[in-house]
Amino acid sequence: MSQASSRSINGVRNPRRAFLQASVAAGAALLLGFRLPLAAATSPKGGDPFAPNAFIRIDRHGGVTLIMPQVEMGQGVYTAVAMILAEELDVEWGQVRLEAAPPNDKLYGNPTFGIQVTGNSNSIRAFWTPLRKAGASARAILIEAAARRWKVDSGTCRAENSEVIHTASGRKLAYAALIDDAANIPPPKEPLLKSPADFKTIGKPLKRLDTPDKVNGKVIYGIDVMPPGLKFATLAACPVFGGKVGHVNDTKAKQVPGVHRVLALEDFVTVVGDHMWAAKQGLAALDVSWDEGPNAKVNSATVWKELREASEKPGVVAKAAGDAAKALREGKSLDAAYEMPFLAHATMEPMNCTVHVRADACEVWVGIQVLTRAQAIAAKVTGLPLEKVTVHNFLIGGGFGRRLEVDMVEKAVRIAKQVDGPVKVVWTREEDIQHDIYRPVYRDLLSASLANGRISGWTHRITGSSIMARWLPPAFQKGIDIDAIDSAADMPYDIPNLRVEYTRVEPPAVPTGFWRGVGPNNNVFAIESFIDELANKAGKDPVTFRRDMLGKNPRLRAAVDLAASKAGWGSALPVGHGRGIAAQVAFGSFIATVIEVEVDDQGEVSLKRIVSAVDTGIVVNPDTVVAQLQGGLIFGLTAALYGEITIDKGRVQQSNFHNYRMLRIDQVPNIEVHLIKSGEAPGGIGETGTTAGPPALGNAIYAATGVRLRRLPIDRIALAVGKSA
Amino acid sequence: MIALNINGQSHNVDVAADMPLLWVLRDVLALTGTKFGCGIAQCGACTVHLDGSPIRSCVLPVGSIGERRITTIEGVGSTAVGSRVQRAWLDSEVVQCGYCQSGQIMSAVALLTTTANPDDADINAAMAGNICRCGTYVRIRTAIKQAAKGS
Repeated sequence: MSQASSRSINGVRNPRRAFLQASVAAGAALLLGFRLPLAAATSPKGGDPFAPNAFIRIDRHGGVTLIMPQVEMGQGVYTAVAMILAEELDVEWGQVRLEAAPPNDKLYGNPTFGIQVTGNSNSIRAFWTPLRKAGASARAILIEAAARRWKVDSGTCRAENSEVIHTASGRKLAYAALIDDAANIPPPKEPLLKSPADFKTIGKPLKRLDTPDKVNGKVIYGIDVMPPGLKFATLAACPVFGGKVGHVNDTKAKQVPGVHRVLALEDFVTVVGDHMWAAKQGLAALDVSWDEGPNAKVNSATVWKELREASEKPGVVAKAAGDAAKALREGKSLDAAYEMPFLAHATMEPMNCTVHVRADACEVWVGIQVLTRAQAIAAKVTGLPLEKVTVHNFLIGGGFGRRLEVDMVEKAVRIAKQVDGPVKVVWTREEDIQHDIYRPVYRDLLSASLANGRISGWTHRITGSSIMARWLPPAFQKGIDIDAIDSAADMPYDIPNLRVEYTRVEPPAVPTGFWRGVGPNNNVFAIESFIDELANKAGKDPVTFRRDMLGKNPRLRAAVDLAASKAGWGSALPVGHGRGIAAQVAFGSFIATVIEVEVDDQGEVSLKRIVSAVDTGIVVNPDTVVAQLQGGLIFGLTAALYGEITIDKGRVQQSNFHNYRMLRIDQVPNIEVHLIKSGEAPGGIGETGTTAGPPALGNAIYAATGVRLRRLPIDRIALAVGKSA
Repeated sequence: MIALNINGQSHNVDVAADMPLLWVLRDVLALTGTKFGCGIAQCGACTVHLDGSPIRSCVLPVGSIGERRITTIEGVGSTAVGSRVQRAWLDSEVVQCGYCQSGQIMSAVALLTTTANPDDADINAAMAGNICRCGTYVRIRTAIKQAAKGS
């Protein structure tokens, strides 16, 4: 077991109780925290478990522990990953227990990124083959062990429900009885994977393993940890991005009952107290002046002026086919500019991190999408070697890309360095929204020409921040951010002359980061809105127009057909209603979505019906795919209807859910998701609904009103007066 | 000292009367099932019951509670409606990240306690104060109807 510990969840062991027991056992210093020593957890009578690789352990009582390389933030990955391992390992589902992987890029790094990261809707895509091999390899070893015991050929044996069976004689040996023999058998070089036709677990709508403790209050998120001796802190960063703390008068703050410490730490102030209320009250009573620095004059107008100017100049060519310029000159052409606002993540669990810094060690409790980065930043801030930093990762109360950053860990460690004992740093919602790392503003310039009812030429210039250049520099090469052009350079329609360009422009002051849907959430909106405009210009039905250009993309065409059919495309609608479609290939999934809206005289938009058809290849857990589409659509539609972060005087103007609005249950209709059977490799799913919603909504609004909205969020005034935005 | 009745148990807490119940539950009594979401009664994550009625604990001064009974997500499962709702939540596989679900369940239990067979309008009225960022609303609606049927 590495220095950094892991934590287990399963249906039997109660994480809270385990935590409390560990706390008691470890005494006041809580040296063990969530570490459930393996020997005690899975092998009570001693003896090494069978651990053929980093993902699987089988103890001598038959307990099967699967080590989760990916973090669970609601997307169902714990269950899906366990299903893949259990399938190839042939274990009884009810015997499986899960344990979160410790920080270790080498053992648990995401094959796509090379580090431990849960994001980009790629957990299943990236781990599909490695985990199947891990399971199949362990199964082969156990079969070989049994065959040797029986002195038969391993080819005459099979595995089922945690047992090896000699088919001819019906003899059986439990995995638990084989682990000593198995330890001495080398793994096969190329383990034989099951044929999908033989899958017993994959493809079934199994109940999620992480949810039972989420309905009874027992689940522990990072924000819930309570190590003994805990103090509570909240903080306020300089409201202007990049500003510093000026003068601080803490006289009144220190008079607040329960306040222990007031700290000014260069770019933020923090109050430490007996509980969050004392910390909050103390912060409110603090008299601070800020050195606002050079960004105090930045506002949304300056951001947009710079972005628009930059977008008018040629970008770096990311994809070129045929002669787009010539085709545009010759055809009936159309130009449009689409614009996307800054967005906050607003995870329901506000940013938080609990840290205990001692002279020779540091312990961190946090829910994070990048475990090793959390460990590394804590090591950097404390000056301790990595192995002296223990990170306990937790189930996450909403990620959406926000927890791909470790700024909340960095700040908490800086605070904890000044505090005796552990300190839990919780951001207020206001701090969470005003000091997020925002989905960038983008501007997309599109031009296309039509010939014979089809698109003959296409240019798409994407202008915006490169998140990859900061977050994963190797993914930014020769001026191209592979995320920013995702789903644009590889747009799905058959267009002979095409050019896609990218221009990197970093907005002044405002930090930018990944948001659910990443690059495709911008590109799919721009492309699918513009395709609709072109259909209209060509005088063709939006579904027919798309279909006719998807001859080389039968998976997406089938999704378009299914969504249109299920949604009753073409059937009559009441006055003021409209239907819009959007099709996308994003994250390796092929999805078409039809949304029906009603727009009233005041420009208010009501969602009436949502239908999605999804081909995501082989489906591991179909119910999770449906849930992710439903939730992702609501996430994307929330942004399209309301989401915008604006800047004035270097500050974010929104602060909480009253002015950074969310869709609520009374605004959400039924959402039908239809899965298309496929034998292709699994696609990603967590972000696909988010990219699908906004363009289908915009196209539905156009169908209802004749008004084309090219900016998000939607402009209700433009809809009310019936004029084009 | 302020005396509180929480999930049928008596607690005495030495805190200021203006301290919101949310922080007393979470930080003083370690009942962390009740969640902090916004602090201004906009999201519903902190919903608990006072004598069976849903309230936002993030804005409720602990000194104003008096003898009224407090029920939190940790205790609601011991009521018939509460356990039915929790079961329906799992049967309908409502939950994603789960952070808002304590509050969603508390609001749903309060609704079903007063309205045994809620229609869509009843559900909208009772549940619109609870935000879910994962977007589990479609399944929340299903689960409430299922829990109602199980009564």
